[in-house]
Amino acid sequence: MLITRRVEFSASHCCARPDLSEEQNRALYGEAANPRGHGHNYVVEVTLEGEPDPVTGMVYDLKRLKQVLNQEVVEPMDHRFLNYEVPPFDRVAPTAENLAAEIWRRLAPQFATGTVRLHRVRVYETEDLYVDFEGDAA
Amino acid sequence: MTRLTRRYRFSASHRLHAASLGESQNRELYGKCNNPHGHGHNYELEVSVRGVVDAASGLLIRVEELDRLVAAAVVRDLDHRNLNLEVAEFAWKVPTTENLAQVVASRLEAAWETTFSASGAILDRVRIRETKNNSVELKV
Repeated sequence: MLITRRVEFSASHCCARPDLSEEQNRALYGEAANPRGHGHNYVVEVTLEGEPDPVTGMVYDLKRLKQVLNQEVVEPMDHRFLNYEVPPFDRVAPTAENLAAEIWRRLAPQFATGTVRLHRVRVYETEDLYVDFEGDAA
Repeated sequence: MTRLTRRYRFSASHRLHAASLGESQNRELYGKCNNPHGHGHNYELEVSVRGVVDAASGLLIRVEELDRLVAAAVVRDLDHRNLNLEVAEFAWKVPTTENLAQVVASRLEAAWETTFSASGAILDRVRIRETKNNSVELKV
């Protein structure tokens, strides 16, 4: 069974590679390469896979999941400039693809043991664009 | 595995009517959707791409390239059209959401290689929402 919890945070970013010129970055990332940055209201959906506990009827305590998401995602990222304030985005372009993978990496240790498995991290950069990350293996 | 999904919109009219069935059978089968004058929807199309994120750029694809492909292959031909009368595939096929998803997937597949062969990005799935309450998803 899959359970999903959604959180939101707002942050700014600039998509650019340090080894490319401003013009080359514009060609690659378009508007997102503006060196002054721009922002999004990100929506993150985190999905866990497991079976309901026979006593509690819960796959995972959603209060606990909310705490984990606040601690690992919202507190470090909300109202931040990702490139300057949230590693590894000082070195890696904070694209939605990389953000989904980074959130997965931050969350995975929380679910490494126990009865649930981290199934998917979905990051909506806008209502019309989202990225799913389901682990490095698959 | 990384999958990127982009949503597009188009508005179109259609009439559900199977040529091989009689008038009363069509009315019974399709109900209101069989209205001879047609009716319309604000369709939403989700296109999902899967593949490997380029380590240097952090991008799976350039979204602008997907936007151009979807606009040229799908949205430009379907938006503000009468699907039965103006979209070639529906001259002989009933424009149900199921068939529409197949037509959209075929059009995207036909145009895919030209844009995305170098990146190795794969067309993963197509979802069409006819209304807020109805959607069809096709794994390509």
